[in-house]
Amino acid sequence: MSGYVEAQLVILCLSTIYAYGIYIPAASGQLNLGAAGFITLGAYASAWFNSADGPGLPVAVSVVLAMAFTGIISFFISFPILRTRGVYMVLATLAFAEVVAGIVINIEFLGAAAGMGVDDHANLLVIAPVAVLVILFSFYFMSTRFGLSLRSIHDDESVATLFGVKVRTSKVIAFTVGAMIMSLGGSLYGHHFNYIEAQTFNVLLSIFILLYVLMGGTQTAWGPLIGAVFFVVVPESLRHVAESLGWHWLGEGRFLLFGVFIVLLMVVRPEGIMTRTLQERMADGLFFRRQESKGKQVESEG
Amino acid sequence: MLGGVYVMVAVAFTLIIGMLNFLNFTIPALFMFAAVLMWATMTGSLPIGNDLMLAVFGPDLLWVAGIIVALAVTAVVSLIIERFTYRYMKAKYGDATEHALPLVSSLGFLIIFEHLVIGTWGSDPLAIKSPFGDASFHVGEILFSVPQILSLFISLGVVTLLTLMLRTSKLGRALRSIAERPDTAILMGVKVEHIVSVVYVITGLLCAIAGILFTINYTIVDAYIGDTVATVAIAGMVLGGLGNVWGAIVGGLFIGILEVMSIWFDADFAKIPIWGMLLAILVFKPTGLFGHTAIGKGKF
Repeated sequence: MSGYVEAQLVILCLSTIYAYGIYIPAASGQLNLGAAGFITLGAYASAWFNSADGPGLPVAVSVVLAMAFTGIISFFISFPILRTRGVYMVLATLAFAEVVAGIVINIEFLGAAAGMGVDDHANLLVIAPVAVLVILFSFYFMSTRFGLSLRSIHDDESVATLFGVKVRTSKVIAFTVGAMIMSLGGSLYGHHFNYIEAQTFNVLLSIFILLYVLMGGTQTAWGPLIGAVFFVVVPESLRHVAESLGWHWLGEGRFLLFGVFIVLLMVVRPEGIMTRTLQERMADGLFFRRQESKGKQVESEG
Repeated sequence: MLGGVYVMVAVAFTLIIGMLNFLNFTIPALFMFAAVLMWATMTGSLPIGNDLMLAVFGPDLLWVAGIIVALAVTAVVSLIIERFTYRYMKAKYGDATEHALPLVSSLGFLIIFEHLVIGTWGSDPLAIKSPFGDASFHVGEILFSVPQILSLFISLGVVTLLTLMLRTSKLGRALRSIAERPDTAILMGVKVEHIVSVVYVITGLLCAIAGILFTINYTIVDAYIGDTVATVAIAGMVLGGLGNVWGAIVGGLFIGILEVMSIWFDADFAKIPIWGMLLAILVFKPTGLFGHTAIGKGKF
């Protein structure tokens, strides 16, 4: 495998992990524009636990400890943040990310503005399985009773309350679990590139991750995967197509096309690429075509 | 002086939030686009019509041409954006992330404009020669630059005119009625579609003026200036209360002054109190320091 493909795969895996971290709160209707904040927390915490100046723990332990650390912080921050909703929540999470960046950049032993070196390395062979695990976990998580209650909050909060769903608790858990997944992604980022810098985790990163999820669709657990794959693979492959065809305008303007695509997608498919109906239709087409058509007949006769 | 730019961008944000309840990320794009257009006209780097500009305005007055081009293009572009963000907001599919729809479209536009500029003029900083030289005067020990002072007054003047317009004119009344209760506004015969286009053009022009002033004062622009200015302007807006024009003015000025004062302390350190305060305001007093405008569900 060439270094280029490997690098792209790592980016793809990390983006997928981040996207699921945003997706789990988004599945309960929370728009989190603070991805960068949680990624920063994870990356720095894991780097510190792992560093020789700190406790010098092995990678696996420090990554898990970093997740726990981020989990605790996001648990406490989730109570004030979840008082807000809609535009306010977007702004509040954005503010949180900025506060984290501001704090990290002023801490001397974390390298301050110069960034921080990370000791142990994690390559694709570690990152890819973790990404797969995160995906599987999210699918499982959303298929449980708890995932169902998140979906109900997403669709209609007041009705969910009426049916006895503990809205506040569910939201806090979703927020915290999402933050821990992002922290995992962040610490893997740090261990892969062996160097972290608070400025790389900026607003633009948060915006892009939120876009992955919203473009992929928040209704099913396929959404963030499709969104992340799409966002990472399409611009890169467009670049290759442009190079092989010698179309310079395409190579330079591919992000332009991408922006146009986002706007148009919102016009024709505001729920994102993957919706629940589409998922059901595809599942029917693949596995249960006969039974489904029979079932429909029975239904219409009955 | 940056305060003036922040004020205008913050007012643009707040108008859209107050009326349409959505965070419009095309505002930084329009700001940046106007600034770059100003640069392009002044240096003769427009894709078309450079000779025409030079013929009509002459080399000394190219900055006038720049202002006209930037304002006109931004106004047209705002209408296009309106077509693709607001008009589809009403396509409800009834769940909690539906208000994200125009947000995503506007982010799409942000990407489009940034890469339009990068594709046309590259991502390096673009510099002009200031048409006003370095005119300045002293008051005591303090050095004032003439364009900067002028810009501050222009931006405050524009914003004051806007608030006067909101308060007294028929259009202003319609705007406020939509902000307060859109359904009732429709019943009372306010042409909402029409007025919303007007709001987009107004915010577009505000951003354009801010962008033009930025170019004249800083003489260096690039495709990313919108992002930084916008985060600061958002901070100013939240500080003053979402949807409150006067709040945005005071908030924008406050952040501008704070940034100037950060000469005396570390700029990165200033981030913590500013954004921490914002977080606290959002959580405990979402109407902001001066705000009182109903925002939330039930809009469109």
